[in-house]
Amino acid sequence: MTVEDLLLHHEVSQFLYREARLQDNHEYDAWEALWTDDGVYWIPANGEAGDPEQEMSIVYDNRSRIALRVRQFHTGKRYSQSPRSPLRRVISNVEILEDDGGQLLVTANVILFEAHARGDTLWGSRNEYRLRRAEDGSLRMAGKKVVLTNNEKALYSMAFLI
Amino acid sequence: MSTCAPVIPIARANPEPRAWGDLVRENEVHGSLYTDPVIFEEELRKIWFRTWVYVGHESEVPQPNDYVMKSIGPEPILMTRDREGRIHLLHNRCPHRGNRVCMTEKGSARSFTCPYHGWTFTNDGALRGYPFPSGYEGVDRSELGLGKVARVASYKGFVFGSMAAEGPSLEEHLGAAMAAIDALCLTSPEGEIEVTAGFLKHKVKSNWKFLVENETDGYHPSFVHASIFEVAKSGIGSLYSSDSTAVSRYFGQGHSENDLRPEFRKRDIPMSWFNTTADRLPEYTRSMEAAYGVEQARKIMIDGTPHIMIYPNLFIAEIQLFVIQPLAFNESVQHVTALQFKGAPDLNRRMRQQTMGSVGPAGFLLADDAEMYERTQLGVQAKSPEWLYLGRGKHRERTDENGYLIGDATDETPTRGIWRHYRSLMEAA
Repeated sequence: MTVEDLLLHHEVSQFLYREARLQDNHEYDAWEALWTDDGVYWIPANGEAGDPEQEMSIVYDNRSRIALRVRQFHTGKRYSQSPRSPLRRVISNVEILEDDGGQLLVTANVILFEAHARGDTLWGSRNEYRLRRAEDGSLRMAGKKVVLTNNEKALYSMAFLI
Repeated sequence: MSTCAPVIPIARANPEPRAWGDLVRENEVHGSLYTDPVIFEEELRKIWFRTWVYVGHESEVPQPNDYVMKSIGPEPILMTRDREGRIHLLHNRCPHRGNRVCMTEKGSARSFTCPYHGWTFTNDGALRGYPFPSGYEGVDRSELGLGKVARVASYKGFVFGSMAAEGPSLEEHLGAAMAAIDALCLTSPEGEIEVTAGFLKHKVKSNWKFLVENETDGYHPSFVHASIFEVAKSGIGSLYSSDSTAVSRYFGQGHSENDLRPEFRKRDIPMSWFNTTADRLPEYTRSMEAAYGVEQARKIMIDGTPHIMIYPNLFIAEIQLFVIQPLAFNESVQHVTALQFKGAPDLNRRMRQQTMGSVGPAGFLLADDAEMYERTQLGVQAKSPEWLYLGRGKHRERTDENGYLIGDATDETPTRGIWRHYRSLMEAA
């Protein structure tokens, strides 16, 4: 492992922590700005083998639908997140699995605690990110896949950003 | 399996007869109907484990020996297709020591083997054999098959089960809902719908009856869904406004609908019901015209698909199919998928995309409905007032040309009908 590898791992981790903080704090616009113009936000249901073009996913947003999701929050009438769920998550096991020079494939594990009027929920997931550099060299998300550990079961609402 | 409650209440001996008229009145219902676990157990016995309940669609087990895990109320049910193509509904319980014989959501299997002692059952439920058979000398194997749902019947591919050996036929139960299913199927150029896109399973901490009532409540969309109507510039909101010409309708047998056709016919634009135009679905339009002729195809494509709640658990919501599953007095699951129309790939693709956006745990629409279900469940526990008021539109309720009760788009005609039916089911011995 080279110093460059360590620096890249640090940079990627910091990016994921920032994304997590923006989600926990419901900073929707700053979160949306992390996406590339062709970003895809995918939360599969029923395992992760299914093709989202053919089978139901919990979320399968292209970039314009990500924007719609954010605009819905801003109306203040997105009742499933009004009041907003207090959230805190930890991200760990950050690994860079592939680096083809243009795009990074990164995985991480997440444990997220959500407080809600119905009761508190613990969510667990393995996340997969496709990261690319913007013109200024900073990282952006071109893809984020959230594989919930219990996505084969019936799930409570999760309208917050995960 | 995952969708089923770990604990299914076992029906106790008959409780004291209850005066249901003291809880269900014409314009109001008592809050305890949503919060009393003993009432929930009675509902399991008198509604879920007795009347016709929707289980699944034949297209979910397309080939001989296919099976899929479904449910009737909290109870898991295996829907199988045997090698001759017949559909069976089986209880997932080994007749030996009660173990679950199947733990996989779906697949293909000629037989199911209980892992505990190796008893094996064919996919029509019959006991095929057990290991070390000398220990069962003189035992009648035909008595030791998997439990079967007493009555199984389908209509246009929709499979229903009733745990009561006797009672009204499925056709009697469905009544006018059959015409709605017919209309739904006509939206396919081949006259068939398919359930092939997989289900989202959305759990809510709420009584199942709040879900049923909400499905044809035309009053809430303008408020609960204002956020998405506003940002998506959706035309749905106006269908449920106070000057909408759409009607709410009660069919009897617990079935109700929001009939949006008057609005769509006023617009007179094919595919307006799907918020699009025919020229954006050229392949579909051609197939429909080829199947039904230009004039009839146009009519079908203007009217759109129904928005009907088939009691107690099948909700056809234009482009989605919902199955409501009660788990406990305060917990329910909505299983939802995109309807798929045979022979309409371009339409189906958009159905799936729109469905994923709208429904499920993070859906633009359903997450907010779910929030209302849960807050209502919390709210109804408050002690005063004890009743819920269902009187909206009572004064303008009327009968349509077929003799069904109708109200304005936002009226509570469906809810009142649902409760009258509920009362009749619960008053039965």
